Amino acid sequence: MIKLTNVFKSYPKGDFALRDVSFHVRKGEFVFLTGHSGAGKSTVISLIHAEHKPTQGVVRVSGFNTTNMLRREIPRLRRRLGIVFQDFRLLEERTAEENVAFALEATGARTNTIGPRVVRVLTQVGLARKARALPRELSGGEQQRVAIARALVNDPFVLLADEPTGNLDQRASLGIFKLLEEVNSHGTAVLMATHNLDLVKSSPYRWIELEQGAIVYDSAVDGEKGE
Amino acid sequence: MNLVVREAFMSFRRTPSLSFLSIITIGFALFVVSLFGLVALNFQEALEDVGERVEVVMYLTRGTPETIALAAYDDILTFPEVESVEFVSADEALVQAREELVEFQGLYSDLSTNPLPASLGIKLKPGFRNAEDVRAVAERVRGFRFAEDIRYGDDWIATLDRIRNVAGIIGLVVGAAFGLASIMIIGTTIRMTIIQRSREISIMRLVGATDGFIRMPFLLEGLVKGALGGLAAVALNYAVYQLVNRTLLPASFFRIEHIGMIVGFGTLLGFFSSALSVRKHLREI
Repeated sequence: MIKLTNVFKSYPKGDFALRDVSFHVRKGEFVFLTGHSGAGKSTVISLIHAEHKPTQGVVRVSGFNTTNMLRREIPRLRRRLGIVFQDFRLLEERTAEENVAFALEATGARTNTIGPRVVRVLTQVGLARKARALPRELSGGEQQRVAIARALVNDPFVLLADEPTGNLDQRASLGIFKLLEEVNSHGTAVLMATHNLDLVKSSPYRWIELEQGAIVYDSAVDGEKGE
Repeated sequence: MNLVVREAFMSFRRTPSLSFLSIITIGFALFVVSLFGLVALNFQEALEDVGERVEVVMYLTRGTPETIALAAYDDILTFPEVESVEFVSADEALVQAREELVEFQGLYSDLSTNPLPASLGIKLKPGFRNAEDVRAVAERVRGFRFAEDIRYGDDWIATLDRIRNVAGIIGLVVGAAFGLASIMIIGTTIRMTIIQRSREISIMRLVGATDGFIRMPFLLEGLVKGALGGLAAVALNYAVYQLVNRTLLPASFFRIEHIGMIVGFGTLLGFFSSALSVRKHLREI
């Protein structure tokens, strides 16, 4: 699935963003990635979807080794992942269903399969009735649901969610989290970066905490952490 | 393919004012170059008109039999530089002189003998109407025994040559400068439309679109914008041509192959600037 082994990441003009990070996300697992801003959560996510390469160490994602991956192989990896960001990253001029369909079109899906698949995922995220709405006509929570639908439409083995509730109020955040849980219940692994500790602590899932680029806690290794 | 076409035309539909603006910018950039081309074309035609008057006249020694003159006529016609030869007999020369020089009509009619010689007027082919070739032909016909005198106005042919050379150099330098400026303007215009859509490109990459898939609609869009800009340039030129033709002087417009070249140049520029910009952009994100 996803395996990081002794990963270091530094940027040209900066300090190490990650130091000796190792962890393994198994099939169907739900994992929280926590830490303060700048702790390295987004860097971990970006290494997994090959936006960046590690400076040192190995990142393996479903048979791909992103360390020595060729640029032209990246799309193949990304089609197997679902990625969701805090800022939704929807195409503003396209409706909800067009945004979702776009992910299928961009990956060369057969035209006659696109419509039914879009309807299925929009129904799954509870937005079937707003399929024709533009992003600006939707609330933040609804926009994130569209983004999740887009991430799910290619049946990914893992959903990478980088602060998916960061821009949402408490109620919408809870709704999105429930949706991610439901996605996970169907067998898709979820790796969710968040700084919402209340949410993390009230959930039964694995929890990895980063501090200044290093893992300081992993509930799968260290057991449950107290208050 | 349908998807590529749809995506390319979607951008025209979604941002019509920006698309229109970039087509107009491309159109004006190409207009400047092609207007210069139109001026050059008309100037060249004017030079050709003048060039047609380049003629080597060989005056024959009095008493040269017409049969000899006609043999020389056939001989000269085989010269590679020669387009046509006109034989003017002494009598015809006198008739012409009476017609053309009205003031001396009385004088010519009083003559008991014809003082004018017969001549062979030699016109050269377009590529040979320069001082050097004219002189070479003149020297060759001077070799005929019965050649009394050879006239070809070498002064003004040399001037014509100089005008041609200077015009050629100016045309090349200014044309290249305008061409370069239009390439840069078109490149920047296309680049701006792509920067404006960088978010879209990054989202495409995120969902696993290949670089080729991302590139195609942009290439098609650049190609169409370039072609439309080229057509706009032709239309602007046509307006200028009509204005000049009606108010200033009779002028020529582009031939169909020139129009094809302008539209083709715009299309290629649109295509290649898009290709370069997208490539650069894809590397950055």
